[in-house]
Amino acid sequence: MLRVLSLAGGLVVIWLLLSGHYTPLINTLGLVSVGVVVAIAVRMDVVDHESVPIHMRGRFFGYWIWLGAEIVKANIDVAKRVWSPSLPISPTLFRLKTSQAGELGQVIYANSITLTPGTVSVSLEDGEILVHAIAREVGDDLSAGEMDRRVTRLEVSGIPAPTPEGERE
Amino acid sequence: MIATVLDAVSWLLLIAGSFFVITGGIGLLRLPDVYSRMHAAGMTDTLGAGLFIAGMAVQGGFTLVTAKLLIILVFILFTSPTATYALANAVWSGGVQPRRRDGTACETIDRSDGPLTS
Repeated sequence: MLRVLSLAGGLVVIWLLLSGHYTPLINTLGLVSVGVVVAIAVRMDVVDHESVPIHMRGRFFGYWIWLGAEIVKANIDVAKRVWSPSLPISPTLFRLKTSQAGELGQVIYANSITLTPGTVSVSLEDGEILVHAIAREVGDDLSAGEMDRRVTRLEVSGIPAPTPEGERE
Repeated sequence: MIATVLDAVSWLLLIAGSFFVITGGIGLLRLPDVYSRMHAAGMTDTLGAGLFIAGMAVQGGFTLVTAKLLIILVFILFTSPTATYALANAVWSGGVQPRRRDGTACETIDRSDGPLTS
């Protein structure tokens, strides 16, 4: 129920931000739209820990700030390599283990890897990620595991590891 | 006075964003194979797009326009790694091996037995 309310609240906020026309008619239409969308989502049984991950709310912004700083550093590193006349790259594949229990955590980790220039996740299977790094030392930094630990901490702030069936509301 | 400062900040952000987009384009041309080119493309849709949107948000001020710009940035940050993964995984599943600059296959380092401690 809390997830359904969070979804409805989130949709209302997005409607208000995107609309900009606060007349009774438009607001009523917005409320009706939100109601219909939430009803369909509930009926499709997609309101779960993956689509509405409110259990991550506490650490979410801290993680984004850390990831943002990493993205800036990685961008500068890759830009230096591209502009350097000698093109100092040494493409390497790394096979890494993920320490996240759930699929959502693994996807956040894999997407964070891809979002950081210099590393791209190529394949994610059975809790192992195959990463292409633009240079060997870039991949070495990643396999030191700080990002992995931070995503795992993000994941374990609320519910236990999700079961294959997913939790029901 | 404040308007001038805001304009200057906005332009600096936009120029910095352009720099990363151009760098991404040059990287796309200079890097040797499809995997390493994805790293260059990654620059345009992270810091390139981010700095552009920051520059435009400074122009927008505390308005709904800025809120919409930030929503766009969030969408980009969620969709672009997903698209990149789809591309990388399709190329990998198709059997394309990553290459070094000299054309030899690049090595695979297995770190799946645990995080590196050193």
